Amino acid sequence: MTVTVAWYMVFAAVLFSMGAAGVLLRRNALVMFMSIELMLNAVNLTFIAVGSELGLIEGQVAALFVMVVAAAEVTVGLAILVAVFRRRSSANVDELSELRG
Amino acid sequence: MTEVILFGLFAAVALAGAVVMLTARNPVYSAMGLLVVMFSMALFYVLLDAHFVAAVQLLVYAGAVMTLFLFVIMMIGVDKREDNAESIPFQRPITFVVAGGLAAVVVLAGYQAWVTGPEVTGIDSFGSPDLVGTIETVADSLFGTWTIAFLSTVLLLTIAALGTIALALFGPTAVRETEPEEGA
Repeated sequence: MTVTVAWYMVFAAVLFSMGAAGVLLRRNALVMFMSIELMLNAVNLTFIAVGSELGLIEGQVAALFVMVVAAAEVTVGLAILVAVFRRRSSANVDELSELRG
Repeated sequence: MTEVILFGLFAAVALAGAVVMLTARNPVYSAMGLLVVMFSMALFYVLLDAHFVAAVQLLVYAGAVMTLFLFVIMMIGVDKREDNAESIPFQRPITFVVAGGLAAVVVLAGYQAWVTGPEVTGIDSFGSPDLVGTIETVADSLFGTWTIAFLSTVLLLTIAALGTIALALFGPTAVRETEPEEGA
């Protein structure tokens, strides 16, 4: 019995769905960000698994690009979160339902 | 056989970490759960011979991104009073249906494509079957074929850094100072 690429795909699908559930369920903006990171990591795993299966280096290059985008997204997102927290002193997204400061 | 054991062990560890991340009331525990998932991911990358990406995963995700998360938690304080009242009716059941449906669809599609689907042929002709993701092979592709994309990420990171600095400098406090003048 060997680990085939299908195992990685199913595992990544489960992790991705858990991340999606986290974004939908949690109200704490920080934990929602972490769930998004989980989804991005699941997709990275599929990139690398398929790249390894097909013998193409592009899977790993794509994973590196996803990491860069994730780093940029976390930087800006957390800065927005801190800015919101300074004004509202809460990280609960339900309290941010109005589109005004 | 070692691969199967390692995969099973760390898949279980990663799933446990993800469950902790989703269910913990305290955001610090959520961050720790995510950290466990990140470490397991690095191990999967090593199993898939992507050694350089595994190292980057540890340095960037487990190192920088998680530290950033913990810094922000430390800065804004641990907010445990997450209120679970549903502002949208039936939000929780709908969430479970949507997330479960998504999982079912993705697993089914993957099953059809990778287990019962047609055998993928003719791809090995341009890929090398025993590819190892060393710095050299990754850099050859990154700085050769994908130079423009790489330079775009440089631009993206610069813009993100500038945006963050702008948010910190001209953020809510600056707006608050101008508010009374608008009201008057």
